Amino acid sequence: MGWISDQIDSIKSLQFRQVITQIVSLGMIVTSALIIWKGLMCITGSESPVVVVLSGSMEPGFKRGDILFLHMSKEPIRAGEIVVFNVDGREIPIVHRVIKVHERQDTGEVEVLTKGDNNFGDDRLLYAHGQLWLQRHHIMGRAVGFLPYVGWVTIIMTEKPIIKYILIGALGLLVITSKE
Amino acid sequence: MHSIGYRTNALLTFAVTVLALMCAIVSLSDNLNSPNPTAQVQVSNINWFQKKPNGDDEVSLTLNISADLRPLFTWNTKQVFVFLAAEYETPKNALNQVSLWDGIIPSKEHAKFLIHTTNKYRFIDQGSNLRGKDFNLTLHWHVMPKTGKMFADKIVMSGYYLPKAYR
Repeated sequence: MGWISDQIDSIKSLQFRQVITQIVSLGMIVTSALIIWKGLMCITGSESPVVVVLSGSMEPGFKRGDILFLHMSKEPIRAGEIVVFNVDGREIPIVHRVIKVHERQDTGEVEVLTKGDNNFGDDRLLYAHGQLWLQRHHIMGRAVGFLPYVGWVTIIMTEKPIIKYILIGALGLLVITSKE
Repeated sequence: MHSIGYRTNALLTFAVTVLALMCAIVSLSDNLNSPNPTAQVQVSNINWFQKKPNGDDEVSLTLNISADLRPLFTWNTKQVFVFLAAEYETPKNALNQVSLWDGIIPSKEHAKFLIHTTNKYRFIDQGSNLRGKDFNLTLHWHVMPKTGKMFADKIVMSGYYLPKAYR
């Protein structure tokens, strides 16, 4: 109980000048996070440089909750690469491996077929109705790096929004009440 | 100043920093490994070879694949994904890569293998260009780490021919 009343006292004792400082430091945290994210977007060339694996279709390589780092270069797509693609009419991007590539002689356009390592068949059932191949514009990036478990934070936050609000609230309180 | 909140925060920040640094070092240590795996592939039989009703050629092969991928495994290797692709050029396409077989190698003990198999994925051309076609068989591997950067490389084997007539 003592801790809470201390916190309340510290809120009460805030000076106008201090409040401004707190707001500025909060703003700094938010903007630096934004700068890092946008900077990553520029470096990797992918509109979402980091994705969280949501399904088990690439097990045992990638499990649910793992984080993938994406890169989108001009280099052509080749068989074996793990790509993140969007299918028309589907909200959530899919992370699967390329198993077939056909690259046109005249235009250089590619048609690729993907498959999840843990799935039995290829992805034609996941594509839009009647779609046989993925084109370049469907592909958001290719996976280059991998970090286990970290993505659970975002999975938990999207599935249990209450935890997100508690966490944001607690952090906000901490920033407002801290004196240093 | 020395409240429990600050101490937990400092401890947590330090622990995460150390963990991130260790992950980075482990991933970088993969660069010290310069593997030289070996592989041989034989096409032991052409099971059938036909033109599909829509005009595309399709062929079914029996393959003998032997490989020794043990040098790829390091302490940061979770698994190696290996696949065999037929690669060829046609008047329409500058590059065709058709995956014929793939497998996941979970550990070093399973990395030396000999497999006798028909093609797991259908070998279909975009068009009717497969008669008498010479093609490469390429064994690709993707090393999936416990953490960090993924590595990929391949062995290209050339000099394979498809028959001049359907059968």
